[in-house]
Amino acid sequence: MVDPRVNIIEQRLKRITRVIAVSSGKGGVGKSMVATTLALSLVKRGFKVGLFDLDFTSPSTHLILGIEGVQPKEEKGLVPPLVYGLEYMSLVYYSGNQAAPLRGTDTSNALIELLAVTLWSELDYLVIDMPPGIGDAVLDLIRLVPRVEFLIVTTSSLLAFETVKKLSGLLRDLNVPILGVLENMKMTDTADIKRQTELLDLKFIMEIPYDPEIEAAIGYPEKLLATSFAQKVNAVAQTV
Amino acid sequence: MHEWALAEAVVKTAVQIAEKEGLKQVTEVTVKIGELQDVERPIFRFALSQLIPSNFKLVKFRLLRSKAKLKCRVCSNVWVFKKTKLNKDAVEAIHFVPEVAHTYIKCPKCGSPDFEILEGRGIWLESIKGAK
Repeated sequence: MVDPRVNIIEQRLKRITRVIAVSSGKGGVGKSMVATTLALSLVKRGFKVGLFDLDFTSPSTHLILGIEGVQPKEEKGLVPPLVYGLEYMSLVYYSGNQAAPLRGTDTSNALIELLAVTLWSELDYLVIDMPPGIGDAVLDLIRLVPRVEFLIVTTSSLLAFETVKKLSGLLRDLNVPILGVLENMKMTDTADIKRQTELLDLKFIMEIPYDPEIEAAIGYPEKLLATSFAQKVNAVAQTV
Repeated sequence: MHEWALAEAVVKTAVQIAEKEGLKQVTEVTVKIGELQDVERPIFRFALSQLIPSNFKLVKFRLLRSKAKLKCRVCSNVWVFKKTKLNKDAVEAIHFVPEVAHTYIKCPKCGSPDFEILEGRGIWLESIKGAK
């Protein structure tokens, strides 16, 4: 017996120029906020962009975007709706606001299913909001989308950075391109994370100071794009 | 109509296997369809007929049904999924992504959503026959 879905994935993604996975070793570093704002910033710059929430068990990009009442269109596959100029796909269209308690094999199957049936249009970028860690989603994405590039988000915490070492080590072992490391929610003046990133021979993209206005911008993309956080992420969009 | 996307995957895979096995004419392709996903067979069959290449003109698609058998990881209860026990929206959600079954289905014995899909999840290409 053969699972036929895997064979169609390359064809589904062939009109997408670049696939960028926004990832982290630990949760709570602002990865979903970075992924969503990066995608919105790229749209603002005139690119055609998709955003795919791969954090199946704890999705949050739909909340950041404030989407309600939209669903993919069924047309020889699933056509992601256009949300604030983004083609947006998430498991929440099907799980709603309820829990989706998935184990590893279920995560893999859901990922394969969505990659096999989602009809993205011609895109310059597909930004993927990853779940934290180096589990099934990371390994499956690398297996199924070998040209994926990773952007790693960390905070200033050495605990978070310790997991960056593990994630970047894994990606290097698998020859997966790493765009660089972004230090998010920075509250001190130290350059420890920059120094340690460079010691790992990785590109330190930039630091983004903690922005207390962010919380009030959740659900309001225009408001989000007006924050100082978004201005920084917009600069990241230039570098990728 | 998302059956079309699944049919495309089946045809692409069948073509790859036929090439690998040196089949000049493919005469039979057997596909197992899990009841959890509840694929609409007439649409799926029509899509298959529209997507086949020339060396599949004689092909007969055998579509087998596979009951959705679930096993609770907490109490080991094994049961067969019946879509009539769910509301229309839940059935439709599971149709698109069968894994959201964990959102809508609970073990009838202990109420846990932590179950394994033993069989009958979605589409499987079971076998392919043809002439060399």
